[in-house]
Amino acid sequence: MRRLTWFNTTSLTLGFAFLYLPMIILVIYSFNASKLVTVWAGFSTKWYVELFQNEAFLGAAWVTLRVAVISSTFATILGTMAAYVLVRAGRFPGRTLFSGMIYAPLVMPEVITGLSLLLLFIGIGLDRGVLTIVLAHTTFSMCFVSVVVSSRLVSFDQSLEEAALDLGCTPMEAFRLVTLPIIAPAVISGWLLAFTLSLDDLVIASFTAGPSATTLPMKIWSSVRLGVSPQINALSTIMIAIVTIGVISASIISKRATLRQQAEERDAERT
Amino acid sequence: MRRKVLILVPYLWLLALFLIPFAIVFKISLSDTELAIPPYTPTLDLSDGWNGFKEFLSELDFENFEFLTTDDLYWKAYLSSLQIAVISTVLTLFVGYPIAYGMANAPDHWRPTLLMLVILPFWTSFLIRVYSWMGILSTEGYLNQLLLSIGVISEPLTILNTNIAVYIGIVYTYLPFMILPIYSALERLDGSLLEAAEDLGCSRASAFWLVTVPLSKSGIIAGCFLVFIPALGEFVIPSLLGGSKTLMIGKVLFEEFFSNRDWPVASAVAVILLLILIIPIILFQRNEQKQREAEG
Repeated sequence: MRRLTWFNTTSLTLGFAFLYLPMIILVIYSFNASKLVTVWAGFSTKWYVELFQNEAFLGAAWVTLRVAVISSTFATILGTMAAYVLVRAGRFPGRTLFSGMIYAPLVMPEVITGLSLLLLFIGIGLDRGVLTIVLAHTTFSMCFVSVVVSSRLVSFDQSLEEAALDLGCTPMEAFRLVTLPIIAPAVISGWLLAFTLSLDDLVIASFTAGPSATTLPMKIWSSVRLGVSPQINALSTIMIAIVTIGVISASIISKRATLRQQAEERDAERT
Repeated sequence: MRRKVLILVPYLWLLALFLIPFAIVFKISLSDTELAIPPYTPTLDLSDGWNGFKEFLSELDFENFEFLTTDDLYWKAYLSSLQIAVISTVLTLFVGYPIAYGMANAPDHWRPTLLMLVILPFWTSFLIRVYSWMGILSTEGYLNQLLLSIGVISEPLTILNTNIAVYIGIVYTYLPFMILPIYSALERLDGSLLEAAEDLGCSRASAFWLVTVPLSKSGIIAGCFLVFIPALGEFVIPSLLGGSKTLMIGKVLFEEFFSNRDWPVASAVAVILLLILIIPIILFQRNEQKQREAEG
């Protein structure tokens, strides 16, 4: 009984207007010529030009990108290992504590995670900078990766792995040739999730970054606290554009993959 | 052997960078503030051996927690965080449910697109999504310009830097967390149950209240926890959209640590926030487990 009544149409229209209007307004006003952000004074791209000449922003963007690539890669490796342990390793001493430590960071307020890591880094005398942000981001995003990957591991047929072992694969080969290709989509989306979380994080980075490293969210934060600024609007527009292109192309790719798979299955049935 | 390595690597990582940091927070919350580097006392000095450890233990006390109970600021911050989190969770439910309902009732070929439209903001920077409301809600912002020009109001409304702006910010940023679980509960709902209810003489409205809402209960509960838990410790939204009167515990902790440099009190604030969060987190886990059992 699927019917698109006037009620459903209205709630969808209003709902998506609410979700998207603020961002659309932001994008439109990033092309505003006036310095007064709320007064429209004609089309201009000067804020983009200023943004690309602003070395503080470019430097922060570079730090953020480095941190995000490194930490999401480590988080994917550690998170996949953790997921494998949770789903496949059976019982071992301290398993409850282990799964607790995987799930707890998902709901932990960022201020607490940030504070506790900062106190640790000071306690062991580690200089704060890019390294400490990477450690912090790896730790909280590996938990997100392991949740994504373990849900894929749970649903896949273990007998495939057993067959590979029976046919003479070493456990490592079985993982590389059988398990990894099957869980690859989850591993990739885990990496993307970790990457986005790292790119996006303000609070944990503020705690764990020293004076030597400033990330883009920290830079945005310190300038928006003073109010709306046209350069930030331009920067936001660029970030929104990248995300939109990324998400739409990812969904097209996965749709094509499903269609191809369906076609292959149909062919297989016919023969 | 290989299994051991596989277990030990993530295990030790989490112990070192998740559990031990918490132990440190807890320990510092029992220490005293001191004008030194690091700004608290006692520090554990193991060179003295067992005696040093005993002395260290004897100097720890609950003074900071007593301080928290005597100073109004902290009580008010905890209570107002709870209040803001509850109100915005309820508001998010009222905004999110109709959207999830509309999505679940949309034609099949629309649904992947609608789902993608809900998830897309999720991947966009949180900070930017909060920031986008600053231009809308400020006194000379777009909302006031619109309302003034159509003559609904004659004086600009003050919304930015009030709790109302904080509610709007939380509803806006956490809306996908509410929509997705409710949508997945509604999508599984068997349409013939509604037909049966209507055949048996229910009006469409009472069929909605008697059949649809109870059957989407697990989604509602999951959505509410997913909004409530992060909203309680929220820092960015009250700092950007709230005013000086907006008290939220995440903001207090941040300021206590960075502006006042009072590490022991900041740690004590963190410990209590954690204690408050444990109850909803356990309830949420139970709800998830119950649902898994119902499915399997």
